[in-house]
Order: sequence, then C-alpha cells, then structure tokens
Amino acid sequence: MQSKIFSFCCFCLFCNIGYSQITVSGKITTQDGIPLSGSHVHIGKKTVSSDAIGNYTVKKLAAGNTKVFISYVGFQSIDTTVNVVVDQMLDFILKVKTDQLQEVVIRQKANRLNKSLLEQNIKMPTIEKFSNQTLGDILKEVAGVSSLKTGSTVVKPVINGLFGSRVPIINNNVRLEDQQWGTEHAPNFDINAAGKITVIKGASGLQFGGDAVGGLVIIEPVSVKKDTLFGKTILNMVSNGRGSSISTSLHKGNDKGWSWNALGTYKYMGDKEAPDYVLSNSGNQEANFSGDIKFTGKKHDVSGYYSFYNTTIGILSASHTGNVNDLYNSITNKIPSVVNDFTYDINNPKQKVQHHLAKLNYNYYFDETASLAVQYSFQFNKRLEFDVRRGNFNDLAALDLALTTHAVNVDYKKTLHDWSLKSGFNGSFQNNFANPATGIRPLIPNFDRIEFGTYGIVNYDISDSFSVDAGLRYDFSQVEATKFYFKSRWDERGYNSEFADFIVGEEGNQWLAKPSFTFHNISASTGFHKEFGQDLHWYTNVSLATRNPNPSEFFSDGLHHSTGVIELGDLALDKEQAVKLSTTLQKKWTAFSVEVNPFINSIRNFMFLRPVGFETTIRGAFPVWEYQQTNARLAGVDVQTHWKINNQWQHDFALAYVNGRDLTNNEFLIDIPPLNLSNKIQFAKTEWNDLKLELKSEMVLRQNRFPDNNFITSIVANNELTPVLVDISTPPPAYQLLHFYSEISFKTFGKSSTTIAFSIQNILNTTYRDYLNRQRFFADEMGRNLQLQLRFNY
Amino acid sequence: MKNLKILALALVSIFTFSSCNEDDPIAVNEEEVITTVTTTLTAGNQIITLTSRDLDGDGPNTPVVTVSGDLIVNTTYTGTVRFLNEAVTPVDDITLEVKAEGVEHQLFFQAPAAIGAFTYTDADVNGKPIGLAFTLKTGTVAATGNIIVVLRHEPAKSAAGVATGDITNAGGATDAQITYPVQVK
Repeated sequence: MQSKIFSFCCFCLFCNIGYSQITVSGKITTQDGIPLSGSHVHIGKKTVSSDAIGNYTVKKLAAGNTKVFISYVGFQSIDTTVNVVVDQMLDFILKVKTDQLQEVVIRQKANRLNKSLLEQNIKMPTIEKFSNQTLGDILKEVAGVSSLKTGSTVVKPVINGLFGSRVPIINNNVRLEDQQWGTEHAPNFDINAAGKITVIKGASGLQFGGDAVGGLVIIEPVSVKKDTLFGKTILNMVSNGRGSSISTSLHKGNDKGWSWNALGTYKYMGDKEAPDYVLSNSGNQEANFSGDIKFTGKKHDVSGYYSFYNTTIGILSASHTGNVNDLYNSITNKIPSVVNDFTYDINNPKQKVQHHLAKLNYNYYFDETASLAVQYSFQFNKRLEFDVRRGNFNDLAALDLALTTHAVNVDYKKTLHDWSLKSGFNGSFQNNFANPATGIRPLIPNFDRIEFGTYGIVNYDISDSFSVDAGLRYDFSQVEATKFYFKSRWDERGYNSEFADFIVGEEGNQWLAKPSFTFHNISASTGFHKEFGQDLHWYTNVSLATRNPNPSEFFSDGLHHSTGVIELGDLALDKEQAVKLSTTLQKKWTAFSVEVNPFINSIRNFMFLRPVGFETTIRGAFPVWEYQQTNARLAGVDVQTHWKINNQWQHDFALAYVNGRDLTNNEFLIDIPPLNLSNKIQFAKTEWNDLKLELKSEMVLRQNRFPDNNFITSIVANNELTPVLVDISTPPPAYQLLHFYSEISFKTFGKSSTTIAFSIQNILNTTYRDYLNRQRFFADEMGRNLQLQLRFNY
Repeated sequence: MKNLKILALALVSIFTFSSCNEDDPIAVNEEEVITTVTTTLTAGNQIITLTSRDLDGDGPNTPVVTVSGDLIVNTTYTGTVRFLNEAVTPVDDITLEVKAEGVEHQLFFQAPAAIGAFTYTDADVNGKPIGLAFTLKTGTVAATGNIIVVLRHEPAKSAAGVATGDITNAGGATDAQITYPVQVK
C-alpha cells in the first residue's frame, strides 16, 4: 500500500516537470511615477515583493486566468484577474488611499504553512451559537473530533482518538498550560474570546511544539483591521440547568495607530437534569475577562493582551465513591446514589480554577514578505479541587496546585517567490507548586521545567497546482521534581535499583526524592498538496511527534475517587513517539463537495493505564492501574460532505471512525470514540430576515472494541463477603439524538442588528450514557434543553 | 532589532537562573487518614480487641489485622469502635470527629447469624444510630466467620432498614471497611 502511494507521488512529481513556465514582470509605481519598493505582489500562487526601484518578476506561472493582487500600506490594493498566455510585462500604478471602507473586516491571520494538511476551521457564526458552552463542545462540530467528558461541563477535545497531553491547545499564539494532563481538567478558555478555531489533526503545526501526538487546537482572537468601533452582546437562557449567560465585547479597530478589544463573560448555571432525575451538584459558574491593546505603526506593531478565566464547577455528588463496593453499587443500581432537589448551590466535590494569561507581542515587518515576531507570555493557573471530607476539612481544598509558566517565542516568516519559510525558537520556564496544607498527598508533586525549542518549516510551490512542505523541530526539556514517597511504595515500584540516586532525605516512613529528567526530542513533518483541476485536491502529510511523560504519568501515586482505582505513575517511562500518515481527498462540484481523510497513527512507547492487580487499604481492596508503555496503532477515517440542494436547502454529513489497538498486548485501546455519524439539514431564506432552520441528527454507535478491565471484588451481601464482577469495561449502548436550531435577524437602526435564536438539544429527551464520559458509571447524560439566544451587534 | 534579541535572551536566562533556588517541600500532614480501626468487645472480665492497622494509608502495604481472642457462645458483649490516625504525632483520635458529626456518619456491622447479632446503643442528635457503641449477642453454637465493620460517610440515615443496621440502602461513601476473622467457641 505504502509503495503504491510512493509511486503515485513520484508520478505526480514527473507530471509537473516541463509544465507552465510563463514569466510575468513589471514595475509598481505611485500615480506620480515614484517607484514603490517592497510592495506585495501576489500572482496566481506566487508571492514576491518589488525591489528597490519597484520592479518585480514572477516566474513559472501557469497559463490561463490568473489572480493578481498588489498591495502597499497606505495605497489602494489592486485585486484583479489577468489572462496570462505568454511572458509579459505588467506595470501597476497604485492610488493613495483616501476614503475609509465602511464595512468591518475581521482579519484572520494566515497560519497555514503546512499546505499538505487540510485544516478544519470553526468560524464566528458557529462560535456565537456555542456562546454558553465549552471549547470541547464546539470542537465536536469538526469530523474526527469527539469529546472526553466528566459530567456535562468538563469537556476535553479528542482528536482522532487521542486527548489530554497529546492535544495541545494554542490560545492566541500561547500554548495553554493549565494542568492539561488531567482527564478531568477542562481547557481553561472562554469560548467567546475566540474569533476562529483551527484543528490540525496531526503534529505538523511544528511552530507550536513537537509533541502533538493527537493533534492541535489553535484559537485565534477577534482582530479588527479597519477603523471602526463596534460591540456585541450575546445573552443565553437555557432550561436545563435553569441558567443564563451573558457575553459582551467591544472592538476598536484601526489599520494604523491604536486598536483594542475587551470582552467579559458571565455564566450562572444550576443543576442539570437527566430525563428521569436531577444530576445533583452539576451546576457551574464562570466569570471571564479578556482584553488587548495594540499599536500599529508603519513597519511594526506592538500589542499587550491579558485574559482571566475563573470558574467553579460542581462535580456530580454521586460520582464520589469511597471504595469498590460503592462503585459496584452505582454500576448495578443504574441510578445515582445521590439525587436531591434542583439547586444553584455548588457543594463538594467541586473544582475552582483560575487562569491568568498575560502577553506582550512585537511584530516587525521588513517588507510585505518578511516579518519577525517576538512574544513574551506569562500564565498562572490555580486549581483547587474540593472533595467530600469530614468536618472543617470540607472547606479545605483536597488538591491545591499553582502552575506558573513564562515563555518567550521568536518567529520569523519570509515569503519569496515560490518559497515560504517560517523559523523560530522558544524558551519556557515552568514551576508547579502543590500546596501541602491540603492535608492530602498531592496527585502531582512540585516541579520545575525548562524547555527550549527551535524549528524551521519550508513550503515550496513546485507548480501552480503542486506544493510540498517540510519542517523539522528540536526540543530540549528538563524536569526536576520533589516528591515524598512512602518507603513501601518506593520499594513496590522497584525504584531502589534504578533511582536510588534521587533520594535526598527521609521523613518517618517516607523518602524525599528529587527525580530529574532530561530529554532531547526531534519532531518533523512533510507532505504535499496536489490540485488536479476541477476542484479536486489531494493532501498528504507524514508527521513525527515526540512527547515526554507528563506529571501524572511519571508521578501518580494514589486513589482516584471517581473511578475507585489506585493509579500509579512510573519514573522509568520513556518518551512516546508517533508517526502519523494522513491523506485527504477533497472534491467540489457546483452543489456538492466531499472530503475523505483516512489516517494511520503508529505510536511507539504509547503511555496508558493498565490494570495490574489489587491493593488493600483501610477502605477495602482497590484495583491498581499503572502507567505502562506499549506500541499502539490508531487508524481511521473522517468523512465530510456538503450538499447545496438549492438556494434554500443544504445538507451536511460527517462520519468519524477510529480503531485503536495495543499491538504489544494484542488488545484494543481503552477510551477510543465509537463510530459516529451526524446529519444536518438546513433551510435558509435571506429574504425572510435571514431565517435559518436546522435539524441535526447525531448518532453514536456502541464501541465494540474495548479492553476487558473487569475485576472481581467481594461485597457484603446477606452479612457475608460475596464475590461479584465489577463491570467497568462494557461500553454503553448506541444512541441517537435530534437537535433543532433556528435564528432570525433584524436590522435595528444604523449598522446595528439583532438576532434571535431558539434551539432545542436532545429534542426527544432521550436517556443515554456516553462511553467517553467519566461519569457514565454514575448517571445518565443531560436530557432535553431549550435555549433562547439574543445577539446584539452595534 | 539587536536589542530585542538581547532582551529575549535576558528574559530566558532570568527564568533559568531563578529556578535554581528552591526550598525542600514540606511533607503533607495527612490529618484525615484513618490508619487504625480498633473494635473492643467486653463481657465481664473478658476484653477482646480487634485491630486493623495500615500506617501507609493508600500505600501498597496491606492493613495488619489482629484479633486478641475468641468470642464465647451465647454471650452479650458491649462493643465500641475507635478510629485513629497513627501516622501523625501526636496520634489523632478521629472517633471524636465521627461522634461530633454523628448525623453524617454511621457504622455498619455485618456477620453471619451464627456469629451473632448487633444492636446499636448510641444515637446522633436526630435519634438515629451512629454505631460507635453497640452490643453483640453471640450465637448459641460454635462458629467461624468474619465480622465486617463499615464506616459510611453521608449515608441515607432515614432509608429503609438503615437505622437497624442494614447497609443495603445506606448509600454514601465508604471511609473504612474492615474484615476481622473471628471464632465463636
């Protein structure tokens, strides 16, 4: 199979030799005849800039109608089409810009350097629809992205079957450092602050890091280029959770001088409800702010950004278990052990998380084709988790982590004729402090981490319809942790032989250890994009990602209350390396388009939790799962179609399938999303106040490929210990949900408009459980939810 | 431009060097952990002590269970249960907390009928049993079996059968569960 692909690649390469060699050259001047040096010339797919006397040359153009775009700051751009047949001279005269455009242009920064991988984008209208939900919820709109949930509020994105540390999230060019290793830690990000969200299903976004074994989520904020001031307010009211949220923002745009944005969001939600009962203690509250200010000069811009995310999330009362008996009772009873009346109060267990992000950016534009960006960012993440404890301990967090991250990034971009280059380096320092005042041994220890990375990515357009790219990255990482181990645990882990050097002290029955690790990692990406004409595109990308063990994989050491499992890390873990081959065929007809994206991801030293036995404590016997490494393979396909039936009707279809195998142990991987299909039919009529009506069906099949981690425990029945099977493996049955969405817009006065949206999620109030919800042992998913949304643009 | 590079380098080096000085962390004082559960059964001069001790908490060591003697048939024992945290100095008596928060706690005693039957002899402020004090009336013939003592946090104390010691509908979360092998002679 691979050799076939290879020979096809070679075939394509040869096809392009001797094809299309037209050269266009000319001069760019002002109306007064003054040459403009450094103006941006974009012909077909080539980009050049004019030289000191305004001359430019663009070679190897294909014959036919070709797009021409000429721009220079302070002048009106030329955007036209020229029929290129033979080598020719084309001179352009630019007019000084006088009038300001009335319309608002929201510019999205072009981050696309990996042309060999088709990125998936979520744009503003969809982001507004999800205003009162989470990042994890909205990402499910992309085929191949599902979500790993804890209840209904903690939602982590899963890309092609992988999540957590394997899916870094880049917010406004800053890598989000928010204890992302935790399966019960949602990304600390307010969805309303996003202007555009991009998903890269692979490790090819090398400028952001080399460890994206699963993929990358890139969030870009709203950025306004034109001189204008506008505001937006989104108000949501929902029936399930009986809550509301408000998000309001003001944007001052400018193409020169000062511009700024400010956004505030507040959410207040009570207990959610399943069709048959209240999901007690599932409320959440959130208050967020973000703002930035930017000065744009002639050749440079400077900006400062700050955001604050503050949330309190209730964790389902019934999901707190003391021992395996409690877990067994929950699984067999099939109803939550705690169901109270609806309330807005949030009790223990709960999470209180705050995330601060501040950054400074400096961009220098040498000319229209080359730029340098320097960025310093600071992040402070405070995570408090409260558990059900005795007496006054209830007011004391059971986990209290403070994570501080400083990072410096320097990036250089250059476009030259058929070449584009991006290169840079970054350094970061991180400190994690686990407060010992909790009275509970912390899940992860104190540590310091220093990282350096450098990368280079090039893209070369061999012809108008064929481009290749390649990137290479090197990362250095050093982690120094300090942790107390029970001597019994140290021995049980067998650390004495290999890691005796780490011990620096002793306290009672504990060792004080200072484990230290250094990693040198290489990551890479290469691929091509071929256009066959008639809107048929072929993208292929191979990427190599290298990921170091995260704090939980190294250091976990204790009981996980919602799974009733003792989780153990391993200091002997090595880095994990993934090679992902992803290929996409995209074909567009006039009314119908289809995109098929098969992939295969081979992961060496894949880290995962595996059951290894039992340990007895004063609370009874618990299964023990430890982090192990194996060779894994994830293979699957994502399919998307779009059909514009006529002017009013549209249909969208998406399918995602992934198969995950543990090759060493010849087992299936745990927590792999089952096959899911979504169908959406939309009716839109512009004449009727932009009326939109949508009906969506979401179908999730049962996951039949799962490892058997069931175990036998003894429970007390009829006053005696009786062995029972605790079924923690069997996935829940398939389910299908129907959702409805409608909206209508009115022009109020001047430029302002109002949109009213009404939607229903889970129309049929279907009772179901989801395989990828950590609370599936304890309660059903949310039932029907009616939502009214008002959007004001002014 | 050069200045910027110098600035970036300076910033990076500040972070690098500022990280070198770090005080050693403080060991967590696990005040809440129950390491030891002692059940004392008294009848006349006979005192039987059943102990389960696990000094490494959630660590890998198994609790050490000791039973000081055999029970006598057809005898009524007065029982008490104590919960201690022996991992801290001075030793913390968690029994007091359980008693103070009697409304949120209940102990359950389970054993085959041949071993005997348990009756609560204490009550919380609502008149519901806690279980720190109880009586055990042993069976009439010699028997071997387990006495299982369970401490539940936030049980449904009003649920059917819970007040008489039936754990089936109790719910809540288990704070301790001890199995003592005993013999009735």
